[in-house]
Amino acid sequence: MNFLLGAFKPACNISITFTDGKNRKQVPIKKDNGQIVMNPLFQSQETIAGKIHIDPYQGKKVEHNGVKVELLGQIEMYFDRGNFYDFTSLVRELDVPGEIYERKTYPFEFSSVEMPYETYNGVNVRLRYVLKVTVTRGYAGSIVEYQDFVVRNYVPPPPINNSIKMEVGIEDCLHIEFEYNKSKYHLKDVILGKIYFLLVRIKIKNMDLEIRRRESTGAGANTHVETETLAKFELMDGAPVRGESIPVRVFLTPYDLTPTHTNINNKFSVKYYLNLVLVDEEDRRYFKQQEITLYRLKEETS
Amino acid sequence: MRALAGVEDEEKWLAEGIAGIQHNAFFMHRALDANNLREVLKYSALMLSELRTSKLSPQKYYDLYMRAFDQLRQLEIFFKDESRHGLPVVDLYELVQHAGNILPRMYLLCTVGSVYIKSKQAPSKDVLKDLVEMCRGVQHPIRGLFLRSYLAQVSRDKLPEIGSDYEGDANTVMDAVEFVLQNFTEMNKLWVRIQHQGPGTVREKQEKERNELRDLVGKNLHVLGQIEGVDLEMYKETVLPRVLEQVVNCKDKLAQYYLMECIIQVFPDEYHLQTLEALLAACTQLMPTVDTKIVLTQLMDRLSNYAASSPDVLHEFLQVEAFAKLSNAIGKVIDTQLEMPIVGAMTLFVSLLTFTLRVHPDRLDYVDQVLGACVVKLSSVPKLEDSRAMKQVVALLSAPLEKYSDIVTALTLSNYPRVMDHLDDGTNKVMAMLIIQSIMKNDSCISTADKVEVLFELIKGLIKDLDGTNVEELDEEDFQEEQNSVARLIHMLDNEEPEEMLKIIYVVRKHLMTGGPQRLPFTVPPLVFSAVRLVRQLEAQGGNIAGEDVPATLRKIFQILNQTIEALSSVPCPELALRLYLQCAEAASDCDLEPVAYEFFTQAFILYEEEIADSKAQVTAIHLIVGTLQRINVFGVENRDTLTHKATGYSARLLKKPDQCRAVYACSHLFWVDDPEGIKDGERVLLCLRRALRIANAAQQMVNATRGSSGPVTLFVEILNKYIYFFEKGNPHITPSDIQSLIELINTEMLSDNGNTTIHSDPFFSSTLRYIRFQKQKGGVMGEKYDSIKL
Repeated sequence: MNFLLGAFKPACNISITFTDGKNRKQVPIKKDNGQIVMNPLFQSQETIAGKIHIDPYQGKKVEHNGVKVELLGQIEMYFDRGNFYDFTSLVRELDVPGEIYERKTYPFEFSSVEMPYETYNGVNVRLRYVLKVTVTRGYAGSIVEYQDFVVRNYVPPPPINNSIKMEVGIEDCLHIEFEYNKSKYHLKDVILGKIYFLLVRIKIKNMDLEIRRRESTGAGANTHVETETLAKFELMDGAPVRGESIPVRVFLTPYDLTPTHTNINNKFSVKYYLNLVLVDEEDRRYFKQQEITLYRLKEETS
Repeated sequence: MRALAGVEDEEKWLAEGIAGIQHNAFFMHRALDANNLREVLKYSALMLSELRTSKLSPQKYYDLYMRAFDQLRQLEIFFKDESRHGLPVVDLYELVQHAGNILPRMYLLCTVGSVYIKSKQAPSKDVLKDLVEMCRGVQHPIRGLFLRSYLAQVSRDKLPEIGSDYEGDANTVMDAVEFVLQNFTEMNKLWVRIQHQGPGTVREKQEKERNELRDLVGKNLHVLGQIEGVDLEMYKETVLPRVLEQVVNCKDKLAQYYLMECIIQVFPDEYHLQTLEALLAACTQLMPTVDTKIVLTQLMDRLSNYAASSPDVLHEFLQVEAFAKLSNAIGKVIDTQLEMPIVGAMTLFVSLLTFTLRVHPDRLDYVDQVLGACVVKLSSVPKLEDSRAMKQVVALLSAPLEKYSDIVTALTLSNYPRVMDHLDDGTNKVMAMLIIQSIMKNDSCISTADKVEVLFELIKGLIKDLDGTNVEELDEEDFQEEQNSVARLIHMLDNEEPEEMLKIIYVVRKHLMTGGPQRLPFTVPPLVFSAVRLVRQLEAQGGNIAGEDVPATLRKIFQILNQTIEALSSVPCPELALRLYLQCAEAASDCDLEPVAYEFFTQAFILYEEEIADSKAQVTAIHLIVGTLQRINVFGVENRDTLTHKATGYSARLLKKPDQCRAVYACSHLFWVDDPEGIKDGERVLLCLRRALRIANAAQQMVNATRGSSGPVTLFVEILNKYIYFFEKGNPHITPSDIQSLIELINTEMLSDNGNTTIHSDPFFSSTLRYIRFQKQKGGVMGEKYDSIKL
């Protein structure tokens, strides 16, 4: 058994460390198997540098046709599993063909890498950044090691940020006017607003504000659209009467949101909606959905 | 749903709710002990979720609420201690807002909010404003009411009122007021809304439930009333207008009634007075079904008490023209609320009147105005039949009587009798009795004819039969008491000035004559005596004021008297009339009006002859006649002879011998008047006495004949006494021998009377004899006279 195991074991252990790995912020990422691991966080235009250690197992030597490290930005569609699409691919050759007898360390550096898209883990699509180290071997197959990292890009507050204000209703049944203070929210933002009841002829039981994420993948006929409700926040309990105005104050912090992504590399889009839902006593739902834009604002602290 | 569920189900749901709260509270406490904020929030939210139920009645819900409330106190202590949860309170304030369900979220927010204010890290007004605003999210009436009452409770000691820790800088008492007002407004809206929920069949139950909840709403007004620093200005400009606006606009009768009541109770009287206009304007705008009268009544009662509390405040009432405003408002309310029963209107008038009497005791015109308004209202409806309304009218009419102990004041109120006209006969009488009693109690004298006229107009229910009264229904005792009262009243009408007094008598007579046969026996005597009193008064003055018209006046009075007494003949009541004639005759005699006196006697004799048939009555009448005639000295010889002759004649014709006998010896006095100018006809005296003796004898024989034994000698003894009397008076025709023989006669009679047995000693006789002995022993002139009598 030991022999057999030994036979399939890679001949060496490859590890990747980042230069400022100790201080860099780590963020949790959910892996395929459901495990949550912490990965270092980068943003576009940062230099990604570090060291790669190749550590052959005791008494073994690694013959190779070269060692290289690649920085890949990949989009992976789940319905098209295994088919990665690399939108970014940078390569550094670390070693010429030869043999490694003992632990060997290669420094690497990708300076000012353009990483326009954010790491994203969706229902049908994943966008990830990864460092891929390959020890190329001829006959025994190459030895490959991956290191994921997360990219988040911060944007300044939008110069124009209008409120959303709208009057909707069902004739002779329900007329409301709602207002959200902005159309663009950053991820730690608070949605403020109010719902004004102009006419109420139905017996409303309650009113919720839902935050919905619409993820569309593919293009043309192959477009897949997946909608999730990420938050359901009760705004009102009981039946209001005409003239009542209900305040809205929803903190976005507790929810697992991402910025709005529009047409990422022609592969997918992620949009967010505020869905105002009124439920009457017969459990009929009346709703109005409004798109909002989410963006990531640079946090001052941490 | 709830309405259809049974009581048992409700019990079950309540038990489930309580169990839910206890369960989650347990975990919450564990988390509290571990200082684990996340868990604390989770379980407290779960616990509070039990309050989201719609299945419980307000009472049961309250039970549930109180249990959660106790737990929230623990939570608050935890929130206060930053070292336990490690989060600045401002972050905590945000964190609790992450809760997905609004009700738990709001309870937590209020709890943290109270800690937040206490920490003074934010201006209390901002926090309060935020809380009261965010609570809008709960629109379910019962849940909302309890949530807001929780808010009111936790914020009560944190309002930025004057003198509190939270006042100052940007936080003014105005903010406190604003906060409470807003919470109040919202709570009232929720409260009013309950009625619109559920089917109409459970309306009654709903009303009951709403009533149970009303104090939650009213609590806010209490708080407003207690906030330190709300001065009159602020109350006038902000507090009251806002509260009233809410009250008027909610258009709900239960709420309007309760809240108006609250307003009146919780704010100081002084403020009410200064804001009377606004308050009253609101009253007139209430729903027609609201019992405005109670509201107004309470207001007026409070103001009346306030006015009574200190004379210093009275000028304030004048300043704000309280009366005019109240009066106007009441008028409006009555005009607009057409459905209001008449009793309601009357209650209002009573209150207004009480108010007026207390605040403006000097303004009779106000009182009259109130009564006037009352008349207008009463005229607009058919005859009063509601007994409660009647009571109110009586109260209305009694109030001035009590206030002005002098009835005369009431008599000047022109509308007073007009109000009385609207009472039914029974009540009218009760009222009339009250008036009379008031006069009696205060011993007030009515001294002008005009007032008497008014007074009699007021009590006409007692004076005469009103239309449609069923005479047979009258209670005899009541009737007598009433008429006695009237009789007593007549004596209260008095004026020193004869001329005015005469007018009064005219007026009284005019009214009394309408009384009918039943009343006259009660009312005529006091009138007659009243007139006789006047006669004597005039006569006493007659010496001083020598004028032509005095006798003329007298004659007039006697004329009236004559007519008045004559009226009694219709009753008929001859004995009474006879007595009155004799009284008048005596009075006339004192005035030296011989013809008049003679006329009265004539009347008396006619009555005797024609009307008095009963023998006993005849006896009494004879004695009266004789007694009166004896005293009268105005008659000339001829007239006197006629009259005495008549009297003696009647005496002799009485039915029973003893009566005859007594009457005849009484007549003897007619011929011997014991004063210097009096007639002294000794011969006729003796004649009378002899005649009496003859009759006595005859009587004795009759008794002997019928019973076998003679009766007592009383008659003889009586005659003996008469002999002695005239003897002593010096009647020359009575000799000692007459007396002597009479004594012997009596002695023999007594012997024969009792046969041969013991001598029956008659006490009367023995004392008479003792008297004679005594006179003999005394000696002197009288003793000598008696000397010749041997015993």
